[in-house]
Amino acid sequence: MKQAPISSDAIIRCDSVSKTYIMGEQKVHALRDVSVAFAAGEMTAIMGPSGSGKSTLMNLIGALDVPTSGDLYIQGRNLAKLDVDELADLRNETIGFVFQQFNLLGRATALTNVKLPLRYSRKLDEDIDARAVECLQLVGLGDRMGHRPMQLSGGQQQRVAIARALAGRPSIILADEPTGALDTQTSGEIMDLLVNLGQQGITVILVTHEAEVAAYAQRQIHFRDGVIEREIRTEP
Amino acid sequence: MKFGVAISSALEALIANPLRSFLTMLGIMIGVASVMAMMAISEGAARQVDEQISALGASNLTLRPGASRRGGRSSGANSAPPFTDKTVQALRQEPYITAVSARNNGGVTVISGNDNWSTQLFGTNTDYFVTQAWKLTSGEFFSERNLSQGAAVAVIGATIADTLFDGTNPLGQNIRANNVPLRIIGVLEKKGQSGFGGDRDDVVIVPITTARNRILGAHRTTPKHVNSIEVGVADGYDMADAQTRLENRLREIRKIKPTGTDNFRVFNVADFVRARSSTQATMGLLLAFTAAVSLIVGGVGVMNIMLVSVTERTKEIGLRMAIGARKSDILGQFLAEAIALCFIGGLIGSGLGVGAAELAARMGGFPVSISPFIAATALSASVLIGLFFGYFPARRAANLNPIEALRYE
Ligand SMILES: Nc1ncnc2c1ncn2[C@@H]1O[C@H](COP(=O)(O)OP(=O)(O)O)[C@@H](O)[C@H]1O
Ligand SMILES: [Mg+2]
Repeated sequence: MKQAPISSDAIIRCDSVSKTYIMGEQKVHALRDVSVAFAAGEMTAIMGPSGSGKSTLMNLIGALDVPTSGDLYIQGRNLAKLDVDELADLRNETIGFVFQQFNLLGRATALTNVKLPLRYSRKLDEDIDARAVECLQLVGLGDRMGHRPMQLSGGQQQRVAIARALAGRPSIILADEPTGALDTQTSGEIMDLLVNLGQQGITVILVTHEAEVAAYAQRQIHFRDGVIEREIRTEP
Repeated sequence: MKFGVAISSALEALIANPLRSFLTMLGIMIGVASVMAMMAISEGAARQVDEQISALGASNLTLRPGASRRGGRSSGANSAPPFTDKTVQALRQEPYITAVSARNNGGVTVISGNDNWSTQLFGTNTDYFVTQAWKLTSGEFFSERNLSQGAAVAVIGATIADTLFDGTNPLGQNIRANNVPLRIIGVLEKKGQSGFGGDRDDVVIVPITTARNRILGAHRTTPKHVNSIEVGVADGYDMADAQTRLENRLREIRKIKPTGTDNFRVFNVADFVRARSSTQATMGLLLAFTAAVSLIVGGVGVMNIMLVSVTERTKEIGLRMAIGARKSDILGQFLAEAIALCFIGGLIGSGLGVGAAELAARMGGFPVSISPFIAATALSASVLIGLFFGYFPARRAANLNPIEALRYE
């Protein structure tokens, strides 16, 4: 088993990160001693069978969960040293999430959904509405801003979710199986969007089961049973 | 916490579920409406009592000769020596007393032309108009000169003016009271019913000298007697203090030994009215309290729905946290929701309360008083209820773990 070398200029760094869930008598080792780093601007696909720990790693990087042991650094800051408000602000300013189930507010319009992270922002001083409109246009939904999620197709909903992730100008986009609920053609459109973001310098990490989807990334990391099984670089 | 997000998120959530929001508000609405109505009614009753008291003279003390009652047996009011003009003069010297009015009264038959009328005749001094706060619609009060001369002049109440001089001007006209001719020099402003049900305007007032010498007659042994004295206590003096000082002074004037019992009584008429109305006030308070309980029950209803809502929206809370909402943002959102429910419910309830109070006034003839103070109290009470009962559900929402909330199905 070989692990990726840890570069010091990485935007994300995991040092011997383990996550163990205790289910009654049983311990589930979701991640075992994982050390991995992600360079700024790089697009990485995380692959592996179901239950191998991919989502667990994403949640740890996204500061939604805490590791059982080990340290995580985002832009050089140790997450263990941040308080709950600082973690919230980090999620707001630095990270954008894209989920498999879109997770849009059903009662709100596309525009309101995209504005949501901006409304929680403590440092943004630009016009929230203008920025949200800009992001929706960027994902090709300039003409659907007043629609509610129910009135949009799955692919359109995921594009709203991407616009929402983008709105706060994050450095990192974490996409956990973003095409998992979509058909092949729509998947391609969503992937084109994410690749585009990667080309603009945003660090994109995406979890996927599909080799075609993973092929968009410059780097593939394969997980099995909570450890990194192998790593592939598809750099030209 | 960011106020704007808290409030707009709260309103969005409330509008998204209008029927539930309305039903949740219903409890608060009914609570606020009943608190408002009860407060308006008890405030109205209290105001009526205040009016009665101020009509009687809020800072007056009444003096009567006679022993204080002992063991339920009166030792005979008649045996006590009456007050006299001298008593009145002496009391005028007291610094805490502004006016000393004297009054002898008796029933008389008043005749004007062919009409006759049974009424009360008061023989008084000029201070009487001060302590009783009488005002004139026309003419004037009698003067000190009229008083010293025992002039045959009279000031009449509105009821007499209406009954005997229906429409015509009574000033300068003559009436006969127990066959003594009197010239009318003043007509009093209407006061209406007394707190005890009598008509305060059914009265003829003449100088006490005239009443003693010519109409009501003098006392057997004391020609310059005065039946009752009323004193006005100066502003800034405590009524109970003034009463004690007055009693001590009266013991001196009437030469009562330190071991002797008083042969006079001093009382505060306003106290009687207050005592009589205190049961009424207790009743009003009890009703208001019951209403407040219903407001609290409404608050518990809000808390219940908020808890359901937090559970239902666990995933939404997780999402908000994932995109950067702080704990305080979530707390603020749910608190704002509870407060908005209570505040809007309170607003509607205030309207209903005013309506209910008006209805009570029209249909039941209750004296009702709706002040902005009552509305403000009811509204701030409903906001406080929202804050209090919203805090627990809001804190539960804010303390959710982001990843567990996000995974919740
Ligand atoms: N909250 C949890 N409680 C208990 N076990 C969990 C929890 N989350 C994940 N696991 C377990 O941890 C392992 C890794 O899960 P996950 O990271 O979701 O896998 P993947 O995303 O690769 O399918 C699985 O065995 C899963 O059952
Ligand atoms: Mg997963």
